[in-house]
Amino acid sequence: MKEKLHQLKLKYQGKKMAPAFNALHTFLYTPNETTHSGSHVRAADDLKRTMNTVILALVPCLLFGMFNAGYQHYSAINGFPENFSLFDHFLTWDNFLVGITTVLPLVIVSYGVGLAIEFLFAVIKGHEVEEGYLVTGMLVPLIVPVDTPLWMLAIAVVFGVVIGKEVFGGTGMNILNPALTIRAFLFFAYPTWMSGDKVWVHEGVERAGTADAISGETVLGSLAQGSDYSYSLADMFYGFIPGSVGETSTLLIVLGGLFLIFSKIASWRIMVSAVIGALAMGLIFNGIVDAGWLPEYSKFYTLMSFPYWQHLLVGGLAFGIVFMATDPVTGSQTNKGKWYYGFFIGFLSVMIRVFNPGYPEGVFLAILLMNVFAPTIDHYVVRGNIKKRLKRFKTATIYPKASDAVDSLKTETA
Amino acid sequence: MSKDIRIRKGLNINLVGAAEQTISKAVTSNVYALNLDDFHGITPKMLIKQGEEVKAGEPLFYNKNNEEMHFVSPVSGELVEVVRGARRKILTLKILADKEQNYMINKVPDLDEADGEAIKSYLLQCGGWPFVKQRPYDVIADPSVTPKAIFVSGYATAPLAADPDFILNDKEQEIQAAVMALSKLTPGKIHVTIGKSSRSAFNDIKGVELHKISGPHPAGLVGTQINKIDPVNKGETVWTISPQDLVMMGELLLTGKFNAERIVALAGSVIKEPKYYKTKIGAEISTFLYASGVKEDRFRLINGDVLTGVKTHTEGHLGFYNNTVTAIPEGDDYEFFGWNKPVFNKISSTRALTFSWLQPNKKYDLDTNTNGEHRAFVVTGRYEEVFPLDIYPLQLLKACMVKDLDEMEQLGLYEVAPEDFSLTEFICISKQPHQQIIREGLDLLQKELG
Repeated sequence: MKEKLHQLKLKYQGKKMAPAFNALHTFLYTPNETTHSGSHVRAADDLKRTMNTVILALVPCLLFGMFNAGYQHYSAINGFPENFSLFDHFLTWDNFLVGITTVLPLVIVSYGVGLAIEFLFAVIKGHEVEEGYLVTGMLVPLIVPVDTPLWMLAIAVVFGVVIGKEVFGGTGMNILNPALTIRAFLFFAYPTWMSGDKVWVHEGVERAGTADAISGETVLGSLAQGSDYSYSLADMFYGFIPGSVGETSTLLIVLGGLFLIFSKIASWRIMVSAVIGALAMGLIFNGIVDAGWLPEYSKFYTLMSFPYWQHLLVGGLAFGIVFMATDPVTGSQTNKGKWYYGFFIGFLSVMIRVFNPGYPEGVFLAILLMNVFAPTIDHYVVRGNIKKRLKRFKTATIYPKASDAVDSLKTETA
Repeated sequence: MSKDIRIRKGLNINLVGAAEQTISKAVTSNVYALNLDDFHGITPKMLIKQGEEVKAGEPLFYNKNNEEMHFVSPVSGELVEVVRGARRKILTLKILADKEQNYMINKVPDLDEADGEAIKSYLLQCGGWPFVKQRPYDVIADPSVTPKAIFVSGYATAPLAADPDFILNDKEQEIQAAVMALSKLTPGKIHVTIGKSSRSAFNDIKGVELHKISGPHPAGLVGTQINKIDPVNKGETVWTISPQDLVMMGELLLTGKFNAERIVALAGSVIKEPKYYKTKIGAEISTFLYASGVKEDRFRLINGDVLTGVKTHTEGHLGFYNNTVTAIPEGDDYEFFGWNKPVFNKISSTRALTFSWLQPNKKYDLDTNTNGEHRAFVVTGRYEEVFPLDIYPLQLLKACMVKDLDEMEQLGLYEVAPEDFSLTEFICISKQPHQQIIREGLDLLQKELG
């Protein structure tokens, strides 16, 4: 097999389809490429391994999301179980079957369409297929409502990959996070499918208006309307609540985040500072409510009085902080800049979440906004280094060149 | 007086096949060669024609931009071949050595009396000058510029590199002479950095500012030491010289003889008996390679260490500046699912199913496989962990790639040499050619502003 593929590689070399073949070939085998300039040995990591690590961290969220799809669906029909048991009510075949039929198609469409575009661009532009979409393709199904129509997802993926990434030159060159671009496109193009109390539960939209109508409002949705929600803190932390497919389980997200920090793939600076930022904004809102500056009839009252730290448990904040804000390409690139970048993501997420009239969530908007500002942050951080160097330059000891001395002597004598 | 420097950022690359500390005498080479790529940026003008005889230490060619700067023959013999490349560029000079070596004896300056100019012209004339390199640009020093300081690294942290403490044994006299001479060429200091616990020959040398350094690679690179001791500012110049070249310069100053003899570490996992050999600049590597024996037929032979060395082959010759020759396996083979399998036998700076962090002192047998394909820069924050200089490595690399001269200057390209980026290149997930990018950036800067 190894030999055959090698022969095929030589056969395709220089041909139009070579990138497509190489992508499949390098998927099976790391290439036989050796160093030809600079260091003769190289470390074991490459981009594929890096991306693969992120995917590994996402798999628990995906699996949980599949079970949760079923759990929310049946709970909406039959009511939430009285004495919840993980194995009797959550990790069941029925729940998993719902997940298989709803979430898996999302994953397949996301990867199918996205990778097709990647291959197409690689062949047209004659460069190798890059790995960036491996993570994007996994993120996309996890940040959309469970019943998102597949055609809608396909259109969004096309938009997100082409406009969000390929027009800038592909992986590593994009300004906006492609997965969030896809999410934002869905949100602004099909708002009715992205919010409300129907979309978070499988068949919720289908059954609307019938006798069997079911619904499941997210915690944030309930808060935005000033109504109560029936989920306990444990539900929120473990993730047994309605929401986008993979964003609900804070526990698994935290575990994924710890894995990414431990494996040194994602920046802990961004994660930590984003959490600090979110807490800070939440505290400010709580403070405003406690000080009595906000009348109880204000439409922001319930969201602003929501305990500050619980913001991290609901909605997509935790997921966004761990998996989206830490995207190295669109995030801040300097270590110092990462602190500012992360802080503002957390800060703005909670702010947008509270003040957004149409949709009580702000993580993806906050991250996209900070994506745009990341180069500016880096610019000022790098300026700091340049200024330090300029300051040093004032004390520079430069001796005149021997030839300069002769020249000045000549001019003097002349 | 000594000052301690502690380097925290970095990575030690421990490889199998370190040279055992015994010195054997290499078989005398028949043909010696000077590879002109070793002298970056020098356009040679020949002084000797093909077929003419030279003495050891007799000038072969001079620098087109500075007629006084001579490059001398390491041995006496006949200049048998001038290998030329595209546009008749001279690539290599080959000298067939005499059985009996004749040395050109130069009139040595009196080290106590002579002034800087006399020393300088002596070194230029007699072939000692090319050992002196300068920053900015990492080229052979421009003798018309007075440096603010001279730096010598007496500590090696590069993988499998020759141990300076070992090769400098008993060379105090030569080093002292060279230091005395160099001290007349700068009003500044001569900074020498040695390992914290090393028994270096430099301990007893007078006239130097001794620093002690500890920490992982690149603590031993002179660029790291310059950055920590007295960084180069725009317009400033510092000179650097490696300790084994200091010895040659010292001997040239004491005896008037250009003695090309050098102790070289032959190392690497392919070598059966890695150890030190006494040989000469330009000698055929095969004269000592096969004395130690090789374990396999196909391997990568490197003039220098695995991070900064130059690829050569079994018919190749020892480089002008090298004191290490490394042989490691070629890695031109495929690995099934190499990108997602747990990795135990390779070094990694991450823990992404790579396990070199479990055993930081384990010795690895790395080959030349790139372990992945070339990509655009994606990951951030990784280089900084192995890059102790007060410079933003990613931003500087990008500035060089887009040829932004202002940015290159402001971000500190003056301070670095390609070798300072060898470790970031090693860990680069996107497999970018960092050293080449920096070299091209330096060349551009020198062309435009130098």
